[in-house]
Amino acid sequence: MIKLLPRYILSFVLLVFLQVFILNNIQFSGYINPYIYVLLILVVPFETPKWFLLIIAFALGLTIDLFSSTVGMHSSATVVMAFFRPYVLKIISPRDGYESETLPQLRYYGASWFIRYSVILVLIHHLFLFYIEVFRFTYFFATFARAILSSIFTIILVLISQYFYRKDTRR
Amino acid sequence: MRSLLNFLLRIHFLLLFILIEVFSFTLLFNNNNFHKARFVNFTRQFAGNFYTKTTKLKQYLSLAEENKRLAEENTRLLNIIESTYKSDEIFFRSVNDTVLNQRYKYTSARIINNSINKKHNFLTLNKGKQQGLRPEMAVVSNGNIVGVIKGVSKNYATVISVLNLDLRISAKVQKNGYFGSLNWKGEDYQTAVLNEIPLHADIQRGDTIITSGFSTIFPEGILIGYIKDFEEKAGSFYEIDVELSTDFKRLNNVNVIGNLLQAERKKLEKQADKND
Repeated sequence: MIKLLPRYILSFVLLVFLQVFILNNIQFSGYINPYIYVLLILVVPFETPKWFLLIIAFALGLTIDLFSSTVGMHSSATVVMAFFRPYVLKIISPRDGYESETLPQLRYYGASWFIRYSVILVLIHHLFLFYIEVFRFTYFFATFARAILSSIFTIILVLISQYFYRKDTRR
Repeated sequence: MRSLLNFLLRIHFLLLFILIEVFSFTLLFNNNNFHKARFVNFTRQFAGNFYTKTTKLKQYLSLAEENKRLAEENTRLLNIIESTYKSDEIFFRSVNDTVLNQRYKYTSARIINNSINKKHNFLTLNKGKQQGLRPEMAVVSNGNIVGVIKGVSKNYATVISVLNLDLRISAKVQKNGYFGSLNWKGEDYQTAVLNEIPLHADIQRGDTIITSGFSTIFPEGILIGYIKDFEEKAGSFYEIDVELSTDFKRLNNVNVIGNLLQAERKKLEKQADKND
C-alpha cells in the first residue's frame, strides 16, 4: 500500500491543478461548476484509516479553498464526504465484501457499483457545498438544481477519469 | 478512566469529524464576510428570540417586585412634586402681546401664608428674588386677581392681598369700559368696592369687572368679580359693590405676572409729568 503513496500525492497535485486552473474557470450558463477534485476521496484504498481519510479530505478541501478564496467551504464539504465514505462503502458492499489488494475503482468492481458509489458521495459533497455557498434557504430549489447539474458533470468527469486509469495501472 | 478512553477511541472517527468540521466552519466564518454576516445575523436572531421569551417569563415572575418598585417610584415622584414649589426651579412662561406691545412673564408660585381676617392682609409666596420675583408684580390665580407683590427676599415674597385697605386697583366694567378705582371695604372678604364710575354708565347686577390695564402692574382683563349691588354716592358717581371672584380662603397656587416693560413705561410717564 505504501507504494501507492507517490501516486496519490501526484494525483492530489494533478487534481488540484485541474480543478483550480481549468474547471474553476468553467461555468456553463452560471449553473454548472464541476468539482473533479473529489475523485481523490473516492479512489483512495479501502484500508486507509478513517481518521486519516478525514485529514486528507480536509487538506484537499483547504487547498482548493486557498486557491479559490473560499476558505472553509470546500474543506467542510470534502470532510463531510469523507465522513460518509466508510458508511456508503458498507451499504453498497458486494456480497463477498471487498477483496484485499483492490481499490475502490471502476476496474475492480464494475461500472454499476462504481456509479452508485460515486453518485452517492458526489451528491453528498455537492449538495453540502452548494448550500454552504449560498448559506440560506431562500433559493432552495435553484440551489438544488445547481447542485444536481454540477453533480452530473462531476460524475461524468469521474467516470471518464476511470477509463484513463484503466490501462496503465492494471496489475 | 479506561472505559472513558475506550469510549473515546471507539468514537474517535466521529469526534475527529466534528472537530474538523468545526474548524472548517470557523475558517469559513472568519474568512468570508458574507458567511460571517449571515452567521452572526442568525445567531443574533436566535438569541434575540430566546431572550425575548425568557424576558417575558422573567417579567411575569417579577411582577410583585415591579409593583413594589413602581409604588416606591410613585412616592418619590409625589415627593418631587411636593418639593418643586420650594425648589429653585423657575417655571416661566412668556406672553408676547403684539397689540399692546406688552410683554408679561409668568411664574408659578405657591402661597405658604395667607390671611383674610385683618384689615391689611398679606400673603407670602414660596418664591423670591432668586426665582425672578420683583416688587410690583401682579399675582393672579387662574386668571382671578389676588394681589401685588410688595417686597421680596431671597426665596420669599410678600403680596399685598386685594383684601387690604391700602391697595387700590384700576378696574373697569367689561361690557362698556367705564373705569374706576377698586378697593376693599375691610369687612367681608368676598366684597370690594368700585368707585368713580359715572352715573350715566349703564351697569347692571352681574356685570363683570376686570382690571383696566392702566396701571403698570396688572395686564388688562384679569377677572376681579361681578357687580353685586350699586348705589349713587355724592351725586355724580356710583358706589358699586363687587363680589370678588377669587376665593381667598382657598387660594393655593398662584401665577406671578411680571411686566417687562414696566420700567420703560414708568420712565416715560414721569417725564411727561415733569413737562407739565
